[in-house]
Amino acid sequence: MKYALLICTPVGGAELSPAQIADDPRFTSYIEEVRSRDLVKGGARLRPASDATTVRVQGDEVLLTDGPFIESKEYIAGIDFIEVADLDEAISLASRHPAALAGGSVEVRPVWE
Amino acid sequence: MTAEEAVAAAFQEEWGQVVATLIRVTGDWDLAEECAQDAFAQALDRWRRDGVPRRPGAWLTTTARHRAMDVLRREAVGARKLREAAMLTAPEEPYDDDVQDDRLRLIFTCCHPALHIEARVALTLRTLAGLTTPEIARAFLVPEATMAQRLVRAKKKIRNAGIPYRVPPAHLLPERTTGVLGVIYLLFNEGYAATSGADLVRRNLCAEAIRLARVLAGLMPDEPEALGLLALLLLHDARRETRVDANGELVTLEDQDRTAWDHAEVDEGTALLETALRRGRPGPYQIQAAIAACHTTAASAEDTDWADIAALYGELVRFVPSAVVRLNRAVAVGMAEGTDAGLALVAELEREGELSGYHLLPATRADLLRRSGRTTEAAQAYERALELAENDAERHFLEKRLGECRSP
Repeated sequence: MKYALLICTPVGGAELSPAQIADDPRFTSYIEEVRSRDLVKGGARLRPASDATTVRVQGDEVLLTDGPFIESKEYIAGIDFIEVADLDEAISLASRHPAALAGGSVEVRPVWE
Repeated sequence: MTAEEAVAAAFQEEWGQVVATLIRVTGDWDLAEECAQDAFAQALDRWRRDGVPRRPGAWLTTTARHRAMDVLRREAVGARKLREAAMLTAPEEPYDDDVQDDRLRLIFTCCHPALHIEARVALTLRTLAGLTTPEIARAFLVPEATMAQRLVRAKKKIRNAGIPYRVPPAHLLPERTTGVLGVIYLLFNEGYAATSGADLVRRNLCAEAIRLARVLAGLMPDEPEALGLLALLLLHDARRETRVDANGELVTLEDQDRTAWDHAEVDEGTALLETALRRGRPGPYQIQAAIAACHTTAASAEDTDWADIAALYGELVRFVPSAVVRLNRAVAVGMAEGTDAGLALVAELEREGELSGYHLLPATRADLLRRSGRTTEAAQAYERALELAENDAERHFLEKRLGECRSP
């Protein structure tokens, strides 16, 4: 069985660089543990919500919003990792996702690399 | 022309160009702006000494590029090193072929729909028009720090979210062009709607919007809506100086001094509109320009062809079925077919309730009632409009009308 762990961080909080994380013992001990026990099967650190774009589809129209999904009634039902050339290509894929077509939304969040 | 004048003129003409090319070459928005600024500073010195070059734009772009290469060479290791390599292998002077595309790329990137609308506007003014952060902050009445943050965040999002620096592919072009035209129209309205005082930045916004609309129309000659937007802005701008009197009071179209309109702008706007309409692909900007042209080409207020205007609003409603457009149509129908016809359309909007907090809904009803001589009812509607109006110039105007209705 696999789980997706969604790591939440306060809005407006400091955005740590990968170097800062590597130097922080709280992170290193956690990473060490999940690695040694082989708990994490896949995942990624997301860029902050301020870099997100949300895609909705209404009829034929693709609606883009700057920022994360905003309706608190929505919840995250899954994650796909994709590798594409740029945001337009990601949006194009997201706008064909069944969730976006069925009245939900897809948040396109760049991943730390 | 002195060197100072030449640099000022080049800034107007070439700023967006230089920044756009430098962004393509370096991929770094901040570096591009820095080096463009540096090139203009150098120009002042060098042009004073050596005279103005034959092609100021090419001189500025080359100088900025050299500066960027110096900066990148001095950078130590990492990603920037890679960029340097990319830049050194780039063709040396891609000036004449790519420059048009560069600016178009920049407009479309600044107006990408994944950016917040405020960020799109600010970024367009900064990178394409060369306005400073304090100037943009002043124009939009926000603190300078807020605007600076907005610009930083927008550039960060372009980089981190992977917003492509390009003109979108054909299938995205129609919807993206609408967004670009919308940003330019918004810029113009920010400048145009300001009725208070002689704030230079706000007037500047009208000029910048017209300049950007001109650039866009030149870059997209096959897009009639781009021509339509430029025509619309020119036709509005032609009346700008007569919309407010010496005391800062609003002057209605009916009472404006038509001899004081900018007739060169009217002529240019009308000619552009004709060119656009010949393409046979009407759109909301062309229709709005046609409405503006009906007003600006009428010899007097009485000569205004309201039947034509009402018909054009009927067309506009099909493209933009908003309550505000329908309210404008009600005014035109009231003038063309009689106040009762207009009042019936206003009553329809009142029943629907979508504009219930909008002062121009009761103000429109008040005006139609006043024109039909029903002054008591008109006074009540003006009172309602005054409860909702916030702009001082508009409030003064409504109070004046209310006074007239109370003591005819």
